[in-house]
Amino acid sequence: MSLLQVKNLKKSFDDNVVLKDISLNVEKGEVLAIIGPSGSGKSTLLRCITDLEQEDSGEINFEGTFGLVFQNFNLFPHHSVMKNITNAPIRVQKRDKKEVFEHARKLLGQMGLSDKEDAYPCELSGGQQQRVSIARALAMNPDILFFDEPTSALDPELTGEILTVIKDLAAQHMTMVIVTHEMAFARNVADTIIFMDNGVIVEEGSPDEVFSSDNQRMKDFLGKFYD
Amino acid sequence: MMLSKVIELLLGGMVTSIEIFLLTLLFSLPLGLIVAGGRMSRFAPLRWLAKIYISIMRGTPLMLQLIVVFFAPYYVFGVNLSADYRFIAVIIAFTINYAAYFAEIYRGGIESINSGQYEAAQVLGYSKLETFFIIIMPQVIKVVLPSITNEVITLVKDTSLSFVIAIPEMFTVAKQIAASEASISALLVAGLFYYLFNMLVAFVMERVEARLDYYE
Repeated sequence: MSLLQVKNLKKSFDDNVVLKDISLNVEKGEVLAIIGPSGSGKSTLLRCITDLEQEDSGEINFEGTFGLVFQNFNLFPHHSVMKNITNAPIRVQKRDKKEVFEHARKLLGQMGLSDKEDAYPCELSGGQQQRVSIARALAMNPDILFFDEPTSALDPELTGEILTVIKDLAAQHMTMVIVTHEMAFARNVADTIIFMDNGVIVEEGSPDEVFSSDNQRMKDFLGKFYD
Repeated sequence: MMLSKVIELLLGGMVTSIEIFLLTLLFSLPLGLIVAGGRMSRFAPLRWLAKIYISIMRGTPLMLQLIVVFFAPYYVFGVNLSADYRFIAVIIAFTINYAAYFAEIYRGGIESINSGQYEAAQVLGYSKLETFFIIIMPQVIKVVLPSITNEVITLVKDTSLSFVIAIPEMFTVAKQIAASEASISALLVAGLFYYLFNMLVAFVMERVEARLDYYE
């Protein structure tokens, strides 16, 4: 059975139908990229799966813990980097303090931020903040990690450092669902790509399949990036 | 009357003033948070109740509120209260008045926190209560501190309004001395005391603000 199953998901905001019957599966170890124009419903889909929005109908089957990396990081500004990462594992998951701190240091090392333990988010660059927020999500030992446009708030030169981190995680077989505008990246890192438009999945398949699709809507969308 | 005698009498009154000041803060700061909670409640009747309460407290003179709280038990309910009630009435009146102002300050602070903070906390599994006290409230305190300082400084001076129900706080004492001596020197000394007290308040609050300055 798939790690995450979404069946016939529907969601409207007042009269605006944002998700029209979305179904998808994510397997353990799979990297799924969701692409599509603004307003296509891809962020809403992620927010429904992560319980930040309540779906109108449909089913979401997932057992386990998940992490979510936000577009705007949403680090806690009054907590140090270390506290941002360790507080929830200690308080919420009731894990051993020492073990959590060791885990956090390891993650910060992976993120290239070993020297930033005691820094506060406001002292970090956007790329560094996003790496801390990825470490914060990973510290919960999630079975699946969701990314909601993780590079959209970053300068182009900082985007690369986040994409590298996500690529490393993919190499470690972390299960990930990534909503992104970075086409080249999606193609490069994802096992499966879903193209959404107007609340429906227009195209779904391997990167090669999706990027060579004959679907006109898909071609129009990709054309904008190749122009 | 010797100046030293005047100061001695005023210091006695000042103790009462400080008691009013501290007790009012002790009760109104938490009460304000509860009122703010009601004001932002999703339950409309509660929201309206808090709104009306704040509107009355802010819309009528504190001096009038003091008189009403003091006399209402007798004139409205026919209850004869002990002599101690005079002081209790002052604390009640100041507390419910300041709680209204604090409630609006808290509300502004709470509403200034980005919804992403709540979402991040939810995803990390914090309960509603943990989210409020660990994530939201520490940030709110930093935001509202300058406005709170303003109110606290006003409160120092407002304690003098207690003279209207004859509480022997500093201003009441100063007025009595001034009347019996036909001299305003006692009032000037009282003014100096209020000023020094507020300098101390401003100094302490500045230090607290500086301590919270470790992040933006």
